[in-house]
Amino acid sequence: MTNEELIARLQDIDPSISVDAGEWPNAHIEATAWPVLAPALRLCDELAFDYLFCLTCVDWKTHLTMVYHLTSTRHRHHLVVKSKLDREAPSIRTVSDIWRTAEFHEREVFEMFGVHFEEHPDLRKLILPDDWQGYPLRKDYEDPVNMIKL
Amino acid sequence: MWSFAALADLIHEELNAQLDPSWVLAVEMILVGLSAIGLFALLGLVLVLMERKVSAFMQIRLGPNRVGPAGLLQTLADTLKLLVKEGITPNGVDRLMFNGAPFIAMIAAMLLLAPIAFARDFQIWDLNIGVLYVSAVSSLNVIAILMAGWSSNNKYSLLGAMRSGAQIVSYELSAGLSVLTIVVLAGSLQMSEIVASQADGWWVFKGHVPALLAFVIFLIAATAETNRAPFDLSEAESELTAGFHTEYSGMKFALFFLAEYINVFIVCAIGATLFLGGWMPLHIGHWAGFNQVMDWIPSSIWFFGKTFFLIFVIMWFRWTFPRLRIDQLLDLEWKYLLPIGMVNILLVTAVAILGWHF
Amino acid sequence: MVEEIGTTEQGDLIINVGPQHPATHGVLHLVITLNGETVKKVEPHLGYIHRSIEKMCESLSYRQFIYSTSRMDYLSSHINNHGCALAVEKALQLEVPGRAQVIRVLMDELTRIASHVLWWGAMAMDIGAFTPFFHAFREREMINDIMEETCGARLTMNYMVPGGVMFDLHPNFYGRVKAFIRQFHKKLPEYDELVTGNTIFRSRTRGVGVLSKEDAISYGCSGPTARASGVDCDIRKLFPYEGYGKLQFEQPLATEGDTYDRYMVRMHEMRQSLSILEQLIDNIPEGDFQAKTKAVLKLPKGEFYSRVETARGEFGVYIVSEGGTTPYRIKYRSPGFSNLSALDHVVRGQKIGDLVAIMGSFDLVIPDIDR
Repeated sequence: MTNEELIARLQDIDPSISVDAGEWPNAHIEATAWPVLAPALRLCDELAFDYLFCLTCVDWKTHLTMVYHLTSTRHRHHLVVKSKLDREAPSIRTVSDIWRTAEFHEREVFEMFGVHFEEHPDLRKLILPDDWQGYPLRKDYEDPVNMIKL
Repeated sequence: MWSFAALADLIHEELNAQLDPSWVLAVEMILVGLSAIGLFALLGLVLVLMERKVSAFMQIRLGPNRVGPAGLLQTLADTLKLLVKEGITPNGVDRLMFNGAPFIAMIAAMLLLAPIAFARDFQIWDLNIGVLYVSAVSSLNVIAILMAGWSSNNKYSLLGAMRSGAQIVSYELSAGLSVLTIVVLAGSLQMSEIVASQADGWWVFKGHVPALLAFVIFLIAATAETNRAPFDLSEAESELTAGFHTEYSGMKFALFFLAEYINVFIVCAIGATLFLGGWMPLHIGHWAGFNQVMDWIPSSIWFFGKTFFLIFVIMWFRWTFPRLRIDQLLDLEWKYLLPIGMVNILLVTAVAILGWHF
Repeated sequence: MVEEIGTTEQGDLIINVGPQHPATHGVLHLVITLNGETVKKVEPHLGYIHRSIEKMCESLSYRQFIYSTSRMDYLSSHINNHGCALAVEKALQLEVPGRAQVIRVLMDELTRIASHVLWWGAMAMDIGAFTPFFHAFREREMINDIMEETCGARLTMNYMVPGGVMFDLHPNFYGRVKAFIRQFHKKLPEYDELVTGNTIFRSRTRGVGVLSKEDAISYGCSGPTARASGVDCDIRKLFPYEGYGKLQFEQPLATEGDTYDRYMVRMHEMRQSLSILEQLIDNIPEGDFQAKTKAVLKLPKGEFYSRVETARGEFGVYIVSEGGTTPYRIKYRSPGFSNLSALDHVVRGQKIGDLVAIMGSFDLVIPDIDR
């Protein structure tokens, strides 16, 4: 599917999605729309986004943005899904039941950014020690010992 | 010719001339014990060096080459290091069992030396059930391993010990059956008689296919019984770090290490005695000239030559084969080796009764 | 952690494999639940070599941040560097000279062979054969010598820069690579004799640790691990970069997805990389090895994603730029992290010896997972 068709198809599913064209289409969604959209992306035959190759988060100081990079092993098209989250209490539905790779990636985002993934089967710290305080990849994170101000 | 009997008789007579008979016995026992321990130490040094050199040869390396000429003193230096190392007893272990296990392993290995004929007329104890004795005592080794694994308070050790228990108990059967084939052929359990029965040819050649088959089974079972790769599941470095001796250090570890090599030596010595004629030189039928030339080579050289050849084969196994998995290991024994061994013993009985062997 | 000591209610044994363990090839810590010899659950605990490279990169310039990636997957550092250079070039719309492109591909493929050769030795060692490791190092050493001469380093090369490569090739490069190609052609059949054809090896790997195609996709597996399950995922083929589209090579695919297939796919990949080397070594164009770039690189505002195929799978670099001289946020999509997430699923119900074999066949590099 070309990017134009993809954008049209996405807006069929949910007209409220705004999609930027680019190398890969960027779909901006509300966190609340994600539980409906994610299975649709995965299961719809024309889209068939079955491969979540990157999942991360960006701290924009005013808000957080979840970024999902999806591709289809059948159609070879790409889609980037972005969702703005509230910085104080970031929360979004997990996709670990749809793309199982998300389980580890979400655990990483959870400890690094403090995003809470609803219904995640095992939301614990993965990389950091269990008693770690704070979210290291946020922009305002301070660590007097390990970080050197340049 | 080339017999140690003269030397032994000389010592015996000298002692008898000076002491009363009970003291003679005591002194002789001490002498034998000392030479056994001496042999132990020497074997340990030689075998460890040999293992390292063989592995280096297989792995396109040089191996130890710094201490002494061509690295010959490397194991001596290692032993010295192990001797002066602290023998740590970790917290939470069963102290008696933990500290006792290496000694049991050593004692079991030492006891096995008794019936082995090292050369013509050179044997500590030529008891009439030599083969049975070896089979019985060699199973004691598993007790040491189980003790070490159980008492170490370490799960890796426990897993290793349990594997080892299952493994040794299973492979004991195959080893026993393959040894029995030779007993059937030779008609005796006594080591000296088994060796004597091979004066006109070794059993591995004389006994047709069944003896050859038994020899192969014996080699496999012997490798498994001594816990060496590809059957080193009780140690399994990449799975269980070091298996049953994970928690051992210093001299206690060295004793386990030594016992392993002594056990390798002993199973190879038994194999050489039963299948390859022990100290008996290579004789071919009625080729008198050839047989005479062979007789010129001292019997001890024949014995050690054959034993070290088998040791080399076992080391060769270790450095080329991948390790089996525990279920495959037991499958191999119970589904293949044991049935084959049982059929084989029927075959060999038929061969012996009908007198088909040479 | 109390629950890690002792046993569970069902009498299962919980043991720690790692962080120091011969089979984890690094500081991976797996907490495994055992029922006898059977593995019931594997739970990775990561972070023993976590350096937060992503955070560090936020304060490094676009020339500097590339070097930190050599420290992630240290066995394919060239390819990691390559991925970063590609992302920067994509953002700046830099044209890389033809010579630099060919040099990059040559280096990538040499790295791939070096990595696979090491993996081959380590995998055989995991299964219990010690000798192949040393045979593998004989060939790896030749590649390391080639790297040392041209790049000045043997492990963390730092050779790729935005716009090309850092230095031109050393004059000995051609001779050495040709000698390596000759040697490797001779030695590959030896590898097969030593390990592939061994009955014990086959019985240890066939049907062990099966990863189905659906699961491989769902777990985001990539590289040889996924290709052994039949997932067509070679970035070099699907989204060719740096002239890979013009080269003749195959993407080995298997169907079973067991340990043996993962092994075979990597063995075939070495042959393919060797054929790429043969195609390129006599056809290195003359010209610049580096495009003209400014001393301080400034990326436009936006987001840039580049994907490359490392020895372990798909490596992605996601740069979020605010228009300055340093990235606003960098995310590295490391192949090992996703592949590791499939481990628990694959290992369940297998024996503890299989766990080690499966881990070996996944070819995990721990700094790549922790980052």
